[in-house]
Amino acid sequence: MATFRIKRFNPEKQPEPYFEEFQLDIPAGATLLDCMNQIKWTLDGSLTYRMSCRSAICGSCAIKANGHAILACQRQGAHLVDNNDTVTLEPLGNMKPIKDLVVDFTPFWDKINKIKPYLEPKEAPPEKERLQSQEDFKLIDDSSTCIMCGACYSDCNVLEVDDNFLGPAALAKAQRFISDSRDSQTLERVKEISEPGGIWDCTHCGECVERCPKPARPFDRIKEVMTVALKEGVHNNNGARHALSFFNSVKRSGNLNENRIPVESMGFFNIPGLLSLLPIGLRMFLKGKVPPVIHHSIEEVDDVKRIFKELDK
Amino acid sequence: MIQHDVVIVGAGLAGMRCALEVCKDMDVGVLTKVYPSRSHSGAAQGGIAASLGNVESDSWEEHMYDTIKGGDFLNDQDAVEEYVKAAPNVIYELEHMGCIFSRTADGKIAQRSFGGHSKPRACFSADRTGHAILHALHEQLMKNSKSVKIYNEWYMHSLIVEDGRCNGVVVSNIQTGEVEVIQAKAVVFATGGYGRVYNITSNAFAGTADGGMAAFEAGIPLEDTEFVQFHPSGLYRQGILFSEAARGEGGYLLNGKGERFMEKYAPSRMELAPRDIVARAEQSEINAGRGVDGKDIIHLDLRHLGKDRIMERLPQIRQLGIDFIGVDCITDCLPIQPTAHYSMGGIPTDKYSHVILDEQGTRLNGFFAAGECACVSVHGGNRLGTNSLLDAVVFGERAGKSVLDYALNIDYADVNEGQEKARVLKKIEDVFQRDGSECYEDIRNEMKKIMMSHCGVFRDEEKLKVCIDTLKDLQERYKKGKVTDKGKLFNTEIYEIIELGNMLSMAQVIAFAALHRQESRGGHFRTDFPKRDDEKFLHHSMVYGSPDGMIVKKKPVVITKHQPAERTY
Repeated sequence: MATFRIKRFNPEKQPEPYFEEFQLDIPAGATLLDCMNQIKWTLDGSLTYRMSCRSAICGSCAIKANGHAILACQRQGAHLVDNNDTVTLEPLGNMKPIKDLVVDFTPFWDKINKIKPYLEPKEAPPEKERLQSQEDFKLIDDSSTCIMCGACYSDCNVLEVDDNFLGPAALAKAQRFISDSRDSQTLERVKEISEPGGIWDCTHCGECVERCPKPARPFDRIKEVMTVALKEGVHNNNGARHALSFFNSVKRSGNLNENRIPVESMGFFNIPGLLSLLPIGLRMFLKGKVPPVIHHSIEEVDDVKRIFKELDK
Repeated sequence: MIQHDVVIVGAGLAGMRCALEVCKDMDVGVLTKVYPSRSHSGAAQGGIAASLGNVESDSWEEHMYDTIKGGDFLNDQDAVEEYVKAAPNVIYELEHMGCIFSRTADGKIAQRSFGGHSKPRACFSADRTGHAILHALHEQLMKNSKSVKIYNEWYMHSLIVEDGRCNGVVVSNIQTGEVEVIQAKAVVFATGGYGRVYNITSNAFAGTADGGMAAFEAGIPLEDTEFVQFHPSGLYRQGILFSEAARGEGGYLLNGKGERFMEKYAPSRMELAPRDIVARAEQSEINAGRGVDGKDIIHLDLRHLGKDRIMERLPQIRQLGIDFIGVDCITDCLPIQPTAHYSMGGIPTDKYSHVILDEQGTRLNGFFAAGECACVSVHGGNRLGTNSLLDAVVFGERAGKSVLDYALNIDYADVNEGQEKARVLKKIEDVFQRDGSECYEDIRNEMKKIMMSHCGVFRDEEKLKVCIDTLKDLQERYKKGKVTDKGKLFNTEIYEIIELGNMLSMAQVIAFAALHRQESRGGHFRTDFPKRDDEKFLHHSMVYGSPDGMIVKKKPVVITKHQPAERTY
């Protein structure tokens, strides 16, 4: 007998959410969604969640199980019980709960809409199909597997503190067009998502890759866009400047020049930006946290330079 | 009252393709009980058919003949001809919209073999073709958001039909529970199939016959509902789909003895015979005790394809096997069984997607249908794999054009909002007032089981009569079901109950039509009438509701180029 500890919420009845426990014998081979249905259909018909395809392609049944976003239809119920024979189910994070495990997807879709999620072709279409090489198809194959389930959005650490962040799904969707050989707006798209709220606000924690139930792996896509941004010279933003400063510092000295990085990230001629750094600089100085003014290379700096040379090849 | 020039119910391939056409000139509302990206079209894996000839020379004539032979000569051939001729262009249009396709070495859209097709004509995007097209169409709707309003998570209760004209639909906003009337100059149904009436099915929970039953209750007959396709490769017990592409790429089917049993049933096409034949072969092996371990299991063997080909062409299938039953098809066989997959029958339309009321083709003004919910009929008694996505986009687009032709120069008709709303509110209130002595879950399970065992791959008169009696009994019990959630906010239970009501009615229409077709053709097999009988049954069946129960009428099959011939593979 397993215990399903489910977060219940129905503002029609009571304003605060609470946990309710249900006991269920998990049938052999039952998915988590099968278990939830068993509870709804035999124990409590008011339990509310979304579901549709049962085969991990529609993205409806994304919820949190034991603290992490998953697709309920894609996981075996028995695999999710912990040492106390308990599974804890909650609604997705970073979105407002509506009832029980159902959340409001409006902000998620608003952000998808922001990245202009449609092909902007280069020229009028030919009579037949546009040609695309197998290699070019591969560049967009993974991101196109996204099912918009919201699992990445739910567990994104940046969104937890910054509503303005576009989020992993929207940025991965942007990559799907940026890397599409048929699209004409590559540079414009890269510029737009290099602004605050875009790719450079990602903290590289990789949580979205862990949670993605498909091969879409949003952070991998974000990295690809960063590469395009640097290659195409879209440097005029703090994020790109930070990455370049970081890169150059390691290349030159083998370690980070922590005095230089904030200045270079802001931009040498960005006077208001530089002034905005002053208060924190002062506070660091007063607490004795300012790094040494003279930056030293590491002893094995020649090895590092050799690595960079190899990489350049 | 909400008002749109045109309202489309359903946001899968057919509904969205239709919306893209209509929004060029008129204001459109698209209603879906899920989200567009969650429509079941997205679960289609293997491909979409068109005689592009990118891999091997091909022609619309061959596509046409394959489709008709696959449909056991019940297809309306004038419609089939226009449909296969339209195919290449709709694929190019999808590509131009941005749809992602796998490519040949020279950069064209790649094509693979599929059951019943004599040429490799399935255009595909790895093994997630439906998903790729669904998202491409959704992207285009987002681009056109000014003229298309999408109603996510709204449920359609009924059609508003008065004086021979369809004037809108009565709907509920699932989130708020409010019942609303949408007035429209024309209504398009793209509501999908009804596989959920079966115990083992590949269909989403959403496939519950809402569209078909709303039409039926408005006095529209249903056509060819006895033809339900069982897909040969549903995951054992769960029924979810392992694409026919697995066999298209060269997969074998093995019985419990490890034999490639298709040799006995379709020696020339083997595993790539049409689905009705393969599903029957599997069921025959299982019934003869030759299932794997004596159970109702057949093995799908992909091991000889090798890791590289599986990873390139069938990655999603491999992942499904690993996630759902812990089997990696690179090293082991997948356990499968026939699964209820597709409804060839549905709301009768002419080849312009206009809904018709009788065998003469009398149109119901203002009402159109496209995709799986409709019966044109291009699939006849059995649909070939990859022809359904094509059906959805070809007839979705056609429905859009027909709607514009019809609705551009007419005005709204009067709708009695209060009366229409009251009817639905009463239906909901009735559910809340039931005595609660029965359990809906039991009723649903009994319906699904009796449909599987008595109205499934093999049928006979005795079984069908038992099936119909059981369903009638279940319908009585349904009136006493127990409801827990009486709130308005996101009440999924109430919609599941209404859906079950639709399914109980739909199941009866299927069984009734099956009882009356005393022959075997395509997906309909009667063990008491195992031969096709063109003399008596080369016609479509039209089931009508009436106060004294259902009646069935005949509608002639349109035959233009191909006279019915013996069907062997």
